[in-house]
Amino acid sequence: MNSNGETVIEVTDLVRKFGDRLVINDISFTINRGETMVIMGGSGCGKSTLLRHIIGSMHPTSGSVKIFGEEITNISERQMAHIRRRFGMLFQSGALLASLTVGENVALPLSQHTRKSPEEIDEIVKQKLQMVGLSGFEDLKPAEISGGMKKRVGLARALVLGPELLFSDEPTSGLDPIMTAVVDQLTLKLTHGEHMTAVVVTHDMTSAFRIATRMIMLGHGSIIAHGTPDEIRNSPNPEVQQFIHGQADGPIPLNLSQEEHEHHPYGRPRPFLARFRFHHKTA
Amino acid sequence: MVFIGVRAAPMVALTGFSIGVTLAMQAAHSLQSLGAEMYVPDLVMVTILRELGPVLIAVIVIGRSGSAVAAELGTMKVSEEIEALEVMAINPIQYLVVPRFLAMLIMLPALTIMGNYFGVFGGWAVCRFALDFNTAGYVLRALQSADTWDLYSGMIKSVVFAWIVITIACNAGLRVEGGAEGVGQATTASVVQALLAMLVTNAVLTGIFFFGA
Repeated sequence: MNSNGETVIEVTDLVRKFGDRLVINDISFTINRGETMVIMGGSGCGKSTLLRHIIGSMHPTSGSVKIFGEEITNISERQMAHIRRRFGMLFQSGALLASLTVGENVALPLSQHTRKSPEEIDEIVKQKLQMVGLSGFEDLKPAEISGGMKKRVGLARALVLGPELLFSDEPTSGLDPIMTAVVDQLTLKLTHGEHMTAVVVTHDMTSAFRIATRMIMLGHGSIIAHGTPDEIRNSPNPEVQQFIHGQADGPIPLNLSQEEHEHHPYGRPRPFLARFRFHHKTA
Repeated sequence: MVFIGVRAAPMVALTGFSIGVTLAMQAAHSLQSLGAEMYVPDLVMVTILRELGPVLIAVIVIGRSGSAVAAELGTMKVSEEIEALEVMAINPIQYLVVPRFLAMLIMLPALTIMGNYFGVFGGWAVCRFALDFNTAGYVLRALQSADTWDLYSGMIKSVVFAWIVITIACNAGLRVEGGAEGVGQATTASVVQALLAMLVTNAVLTGIFFFGA
């Protein structure tokens, strides 16, 4: 392993509740420089919520999150902005600004945070787009390219400031197998060669085992398995085995109940009246 | 700036002209019965500068640009774009809200001045072609009747409206939750709230400007 022991992220006793529902239940782990930590788990298990707490866009009910040794749970916006310049984040949908072209999107962090000349910025943008296999797409709008391409542009944008730390939310979903391999290779190259640290949320198992140096599996808001890819592959835990082999039958329940989902931040329940809208009179 | 201001110009011109024409016709009808047709330009001028200009142009801008700003920011919110800006350490208020705020604060008063011109022009059209006015007579009468305070009070209103409209629109947009449905609701809410707030404020300002002393 190429980590030199320096802790980049330290999460301690993290708890988050939405209403009465525990979404993150007492999670602790550390990530060292140069590692690629893969966080996996079924949909709705809290992995995106966990990621949002680590990047400081949500605040925990209790517990602590430290990035580069600095506590970020009660930090000011200004200090947080300072830390954020040192990491890149790839969003699930790419999250490109629709009003800007692909090139302008990638250039945005550079033009906002550095004093580079437009020529230098152009050069870096070209180079980063080439890295993700999208040379010549600078002048298209995000609406004119496919979902997979958006994600790759998002990756180029996340890498444009040369971050020490990269967060990826489902980096390979929606990509074809070849592009998945390209993105994985890129992650490996950056973590091995340039000592970047990566935190990847995914449920693409092929990709996960290809890039991970350590893995965490979440379920019901807590860590149900934690270890190297080999340890996870040989885990005796039936939930882990079901998940990594993608089996329909097993200990993981198929449906979340509505009650469980009621307080989820992104899935609001239907309004009361709408439930009756399509019911016809029965008598 | 271009969207809020320049592209709204034809609509504003048409609105201004229609108000001017309508106002002049109504005024002519009412004043004729009193034998006071000569006061039509006064009425058109003062009403447009003080009230109808700022209010109706604000209505146009609320319907056109306020809703667009709310929908645009709302869509950015639901597609994670705002969060992406925050994570890139770019303050969304500085990057998105401030430019729109400035554009509105400059453009609504500018459009109001333009609308006023067209309104007075509409009044002239009626007086010149349907009543017994000549151009010089209309202009003279109109200029005599209005003093600078009529124009300034309308401009003050228009600046206040701009502030109300853009604050409500940005606020509604940035608070959107829950997908396309949320964007629709926020857009509607921003238009309704902005209209009501604008009309109530107008009543208050008129009270302060012209009824207080």
